Amino acid sequence: MNRREALFSLGSMAAAGGLASRAGAVELRGVPKPTEMSADHLPTPARTGGGFRVLTEETDQKTVKAVFDRLIPADDFGPSASEAGCLEFLDDQLSGDYGAGKALYLQTPLRPEIEEEIMGSPQFLATPRERYETGLKALEAYAQENDQAAFHALSPDRIDEILTGLEAGEISLGDDVDGQAFFELMLQNAREGYLADPLYGGNRDMAGWKMIGFPGARYDYRPYVDRRNEDLGLTPVSLIPND
Amino acid sequence: MANERPKADVVIVGLGWAGSVMAEELTRAGLNVVAIERGAWRDTSTDFPPAVDPDELRWHTRRELLQPMSVETTTFRNKTGQQAAPVRNWNAFQFGWNVGGAGTHWAGMSWRFLPWDFEVATQTAERYGQERLDGLMGEGLQLQDWGVTYEEMAPYYDRFERIAGTSGKAGNLNGEKIKGGNVFEGPREREYPTPQLKDTNWMSMYRDTTEGMGYNPFTIPAGNISQAYVNPLGVTMGPCTYCGFCDFHGCGNFSKSSPQACILPALMRRPNFTVLTETEVLHAVKHEDGKTVKGVKFITREGEEGFQPADVVCITAYQMDNVRLMLLSGIGQQYDPSTERGTIGRNYSYQTCSSVTGFFSGAKMNPFIGGGALGVQIDDFNGDNFDHSDLDFIGGAGIMGYSTNGRPIANMNAIRPGNKRWGSQWKEAYARDYQEVANIFCQGTSMPTRDAYLSLDPTYKDRHGQPLLRLTFDWNRNDKSMIDYTTQKAIEIMREAGGEDIMVDNQTEASWNPYKQHSSHTIGGLVMGSNPATSALNPYLQSWDCHNVFSVGASAFPNNGGYNPTLTVGALAVRAARAIHETYINNPGPLVEA
Ligand SMILES: Cc1cc2nc3c(=O)[nH]c(=O)nc-3n(C[C@H](O)[C@H](O)[C@H](O)COP(=O)(O)OP(=O)(O)OC[C@H]3O[C@@H](n4cnc5c(N)ncnc54)[C@H](O)[C@@H]3O)c2cc1C
Ligand code: SF4
Repeated sequence: MNRREALFSLGSMAAAGGLASRAGAVELRGVPKPTEMSADHLPTPARTGGGFRVLTEETDQKTVKAVFDRLIPADDFGPSASEAGCLEFLDDQLSGDYGAGKALYLQTPLRPEIEEEIMGSPQFLATPRERYETGLKALEAYAQENDQAAFHALSPDRIDEILTGLEAGEISLGDDVDGQAFFELMLQNAREGYLADPLYGGNRDMAGWKMIGFPGARYDYRPYVDRRNEDLGLTPVSLIPND
Repeated sequence: MANERPKADVVIVGLGWAGSVMAEELTRAGLNVVAIERGAWRDTSTDFPPAVDPDELRWHTRRELLQPMSVETTTFRNKTGQQAAPVRNWNAFQFGWNVGGAGTHWAGMSWRFLPWDFEVATQTAERYGQERLDGLMGEGLQLQDWGVTYEEMAPYYDRFERIAGTSGKAGNLNGEKIKGGNVFEGPREREYPTPQLKDTNWMSMYRDTTEGMGYNPFTIPAGNISQAYVNPLGVTMGPCTYCGFCDFHGCGNFSKSSPQACILPALMRRPNFTVLTETEVLHAVKHEDGKTVKGVKFITREGEEGFQPADVVCITAYQMDNVRLMLLSGIGQQYDPSTERGTIGRNYSYQTCSSVTGFFSGAKMNPFIGGGALGVQIDDFNGDNFDHSDLDFIGGAGIMGYSTNGRPIANMNAIRPGNKRWGSQWKEAYARDYQEVANIFCQGTSMPTRDAYLSLDPTYKDRHGQPLLRLTFDWNRNDKSMIDYTTQKAIEIMREAGGEDIMVDNQTEASWNPYKQHSSHTIGGLVMGSNPATSALNPYLQSWDCHNVFSVGASAFPNNGGYNPTLTVGALAVRAARAIHETYINNPGPLVEA
């Protein structure tokens, strides 16, 4: 029995004359008895291993890796995005509710002319998953057309040049892909992967948190509040159990 | 009617702060109350334990506690005549989506409004002359009093603070000004239930700087409780641990004031209280005579429709939804900006904000030590606390130095100007600036105008096929001048504190849109007042048009103060509930003659 069903049966037990169950509503009276953590609020770790589920095409994988590792390259401040697991992070996110755009309002009509002007940014009916599918293909096509090479084979400088052009809205990826918005989406996701709890497949060894000195999923700073301007030297902890 | 449930004395639509407070009052008075909430049951130990809560990606970035736009969104345009577009992605409107509403994941800043905020029209005329008020009205501002004064509100504020356990330090005890508290606040009868929170590094810098400039800094009153506390309902709360996973997150310590922590444990034990969860109210249903309603029509998660009859209907479904439900129920008349007739949707206002960011070389701010409401503020430029004789605006802003969080994804763009947001340059900048950045926030008043209002959208629908709410809004001249002025003060403070590379984000520099997020505080549309021509509700939050309908929320505010809204929502809820069980139930009818 899931939690909702548990609550429901509890409710109908308490319901007067069974009228509530006739109306089909989840009725609660009294404090619900179950005290175990709600299944739908328990963290769901990223599924890693067993290959990619959304970024299944090799070229797509290589294109994202090429982009992500310029957005977050390996250097003195830490590993690159792909070394930190950001590709696995992205694939996992895209395979779930986020990728499916579960929270988005996707009803038609989409009127790009007015929506973009009124909202100050382009609006989409496509889900993040669909936007990666079209965006990565468009990036590859752009490289083939302008450089006669695969995107992932371009030099770091050339990739930086393209990313800079996309960011500034100066490079077009064709009519079907808003290049600037796609750049923002990739930048957002790459940095999320670098900075979210390692539970989600990225931020391996808490490298992103170590880079800035964030102590992670700690929950009690009472011993430290009064310490002024000090390096507290707190090693980060994650939601992944340590044993 | 099919699926008709047994009749209740009172049905409550939406079990957030407003609904919980009302349900608590009404059940304690012996009334039979059914609450209908479209979200699921959520509780501290089952849903927000410390092993689940410190998860930025899930709760803050992906906003998993909030109501998704796929369930309901609004449409938006800047002015009448434009076609509105739906708000498709996460944005400034953060609706609650479970038992407890947005009170589960709010930050906890727990303000009483200033005496001035309740009487903007009268006090502006008294202090600066009727001509000044007429001038502002002529410009399109719709200034009007609330029909209730601060003095009348004070006991209800006190009640809500006791329930919430608010931490703070009084600055005005029965008229006696006390340094260290907010000397501009309206008189309070007694101290806050729990003492003020501690300063972080940035808060103490901000406090010293503003004090040195001759201002009056104080710790923001907080729903992050500073010590163990038992509230008047017998519910125990624990001390805040400054965890920094506060707004957008639940609290696993029973330290954040919320319906879960403060009210539901007592309310759920009362035999005369029932809540239907995962059940959405579609609209209220009128009696044949159109003068009263007989209950509400709802739809369950499985899509089954039902009817809940009740003597009194309380609409406490959050500001936007309160207005929408009135329109969907056909109660009152839609406001029309061209004729200025109708009151439903009228007096919409937002919150005029700006932020000032500075960097402190070599500092260790340790921003991860935080709390949703953790900050130091000056109110020297809020409301009418300063002389506006030679200024071209009314109103003002609270100016705060805050320590709400150091969550790494949320802060990843808080780097010195001139640095790229990616590449090695970003990594180097973020590695340094994460510890060196500090923020000042100006949270300002917002005055309603003739042209800002709410109505039903002609095109876009929710998942049940009912029209979405449409918002027509842009900044007005008065509020822009106000925020320009207060932002300058914030810049001066940042400079004086030693902040370098100062960045200013003044939202009013371009037309408003919901993706430019500064504040989720959205106000009005179903406002209270003493004149039925300009208000939808009387001063007891009772509909002028349907006397057994009451509605509580920030929708009732005729104008916005330079503060977060919830304490005022809670106080209005106590007041409305008392009017119902002390007066209305025994003698149903309008509590105020129109
Ligand atoms: C991130 C965040 C931070 C905030 N910080 C602060 C702060 O520091 N200080 C402050 O004062 N305020 C703050 N607020 C605002 C505060 O949360 C709200 O003012 C307050 O919760 C409003 O209470 P309410 O009862 O009116 O509405 P809600 O708490 O939103 O409750 C309304 C309930 O009604 C339900 N509902 C809606 N429509 C229907 C329907 N048709 N049928 C059934 N149920 C329905 C919703 O699911 C919801 O649970 C913050 C808000 C957010 C999102
Ligand atoms: S900051 Fe305090 S009140 Fe907020 S969630 Fe953490 S412990 Fe709770």
